[in-house]
Amino acid sequence: MVVAIYVFLILLSFSALYPFWNTLVVSLNQGLDTAKGGVAFWPRAFTWSNYATVFNDDKLLNAFMITILRTVIGTVSAIFMTTMLAYGMSKSYLIGRKFFTIFFIVTMYFGGGLIPTFLLIKSLGLMNNFLVFIIPGLISVWNMIIFRTFFKSLPVGLEESAQIDGCSNWGVFLKIVLPLSGPVIATLGLFTAIAHWNDWFAPTIYITNQDLMPVQTVLRRLLNANLFNEASASSGTVNSQTLEAMSQKSLTAKSLISATVMVVSLPIIAVYPFVQKYFVKGVMVGSLKE
Amino acid sequence: MSQATANQKSLWQRLWKQIDIQIMVWPGVILIFIFAYIPMYGVLTGFMDYNIFTGARIFENKWVGLKHFQDFFNAPQFGTIMRNTIMISLLKLIIGFPAPIILALMLNEVRHRIFKRVVQSITYLPYFMSWVIIGSIVMSLLSTENGSVNMLLKGIGAIDESINFLSMKEYFWGILVSANVWKDIGFNSIIFMAAIAGVNPSLYEAAEIDGASRFKQMYLITIPTIMPIIIIFMILAMGSLLNAGFEDILILAQNPSLRPVSDVIDTYVYRAGLQNQRYAYGVAVGLFRAVISVMLLTMANYLARKTGNSLW
Repeated sequence: MVVAIYVFLILLSFSALYPFWNTLVVSLNQGLDTAKGGVAFWPRAFTWSNYATVFNDDKLLNAFMITILRTVIGTVSAIFMTTMLAYGMSKSYLIGRKFFTIFFIVTMYFGGGLIPTFLLIKSLGLMNNFLVFIIPGLISVWNMIIFRTFFKSLPVGLEESAQIDGCSNWGVFLKIVLPLSGPVIATLGLFTAIAHWNDWFAPTIYITNQDLMPVQTVLRRLLNANLFNEASASSGTVNSQTLEAMSQKSLTAKSLISATVMVVSLPIIAVYPFVQKYFVKGVMVGSLKE
Repeated sequence: MSQATANQKSLWQRLWKQIDIQIMVWPGVILIFIFAYIPMYGVLTGFMDYNIFTGARIFENKWVGLKHFQDFFNAPQFGTIMRNTIMISLLKLIIGFPAPIILALMLNEVRHRIFKRVVQSITYLPYFMSWVIIGSIVMSLLSTENGSVNMLLKGIGAIDESINFLSMKEYFWGILVSANVWKDIGFNSIIFMAAIAGVNPSLYEAAEIDGASRFKQMYLITIPTIMPIIIIFMILAMGSLLNAGFEDILILAQNPSLRPVSDVIDTYVYRAGLQNQRYAYGVAVGLFRAVISVMLLTMANYLARKTGNSLW
């Protein structure tokens, strides 16, 4: 019985790890050679050329820049706006607090859905605008409630003594509350950052300008093009040099996609061991809230 | 009269006194009003003939009552979409819901601390990847050129020719549900691991003295103790029962030949509503799903209350 459990868990871990490993191997193998089949655990014809192609493609590089910019700006501004709101909402003397609480909670259960949101974004002029990545996500009601619960648990004496020393509410918020909230901010910040990094759907519907496409959306288009065996030129996702390289068959769509997948997932894999404990904490914080 | 003015005056004075706190709250209120409440009001277009020119001034559109709902019920795809939505969500629920619980129970049997931690870390990982990444990986594994699955099947002699899994209808649900379970199993087990950790150890000690086997202990102590949490998560899962998925289907069912098995309410709203710009129709279809979801959630909660565990 116990042995069966160990065997099963080893198989499960293997199945979780192998697909990433295989993608890495394919990304380090010559495209044409991969197409012959049989590349599973180790590259047979080792090459860096797939990565060289990715890093020489201006369109892909630009898409990476957009993703990085979006993740950094989006996360910092969303965390600041959400903590600011949560700090205000944590004050029991806030006039209108009951109303605001209901006003926010309602949105966790009801929403307009895809199309009304799309029409709103359109009428606000956010189509093809970098700000569409940032502004709609500035406030997360869920995160606000977690922050508020945490702020309420901070010792009241700290704030009072700061106020006696002449600190305003803003001073207390910026100089005392925020620094004390490091772990919670790290946890929710990570989740926010990952959501930004992984988002591909919003750009699909709100962005048509190639220069504003984040890398996940570009990758999705590459997949699409590959699946229908069209040259990805028709979708304009990669530049002509890459296409030339592809037509010379020094690499295939599959090797290009594998290399892009590795570059896109590498940041998450790299920070993963350091932040894993925060992930777990985040789930617990989120579930304890209700 | 004078009393009222005095009160009002003092309200403004009180507001002015806490102006700094009010300034912290109002940006959030305004943003939520714009991005959450205005779309709710936009739901009204589901009962109108939406016109792209009068669209922003919503009440200049003509009311058509339930016309779009009727159109949806009479649409030739209606039967397929409902079947796919229900079947895919049911499969996800039946297979995807118990999977992390079983994993948590198994991990609980592992005495080796380091082994346990390594398994957990590895199985969490796919959860943090986007569906685009997962989709790329699934396509790569299943591809006919150097796809590991075909290689394995050929290696053990199960097939002679590579199978093009992602273009064949009979495999789609299996692939979709497996990919979902694979992505979420580790991460979703965290909550159940925590619940198991909260079980009073003296219960196990007592059971052991009474001669209960490990399996019996799991069956008679662990599972009953974590039952309330299982039921609460079950209710939440029921509420999203018609949520057959969106990103995963959009990514994995690229091939239009899969549409008879892959089209669900959400993908239909996206295609009919956004891509074909039948906005009002799309809103109505989305609304239909929301109404049924609320009904399911209420029903699930009613059933759960009978067992003494409910959300409200």
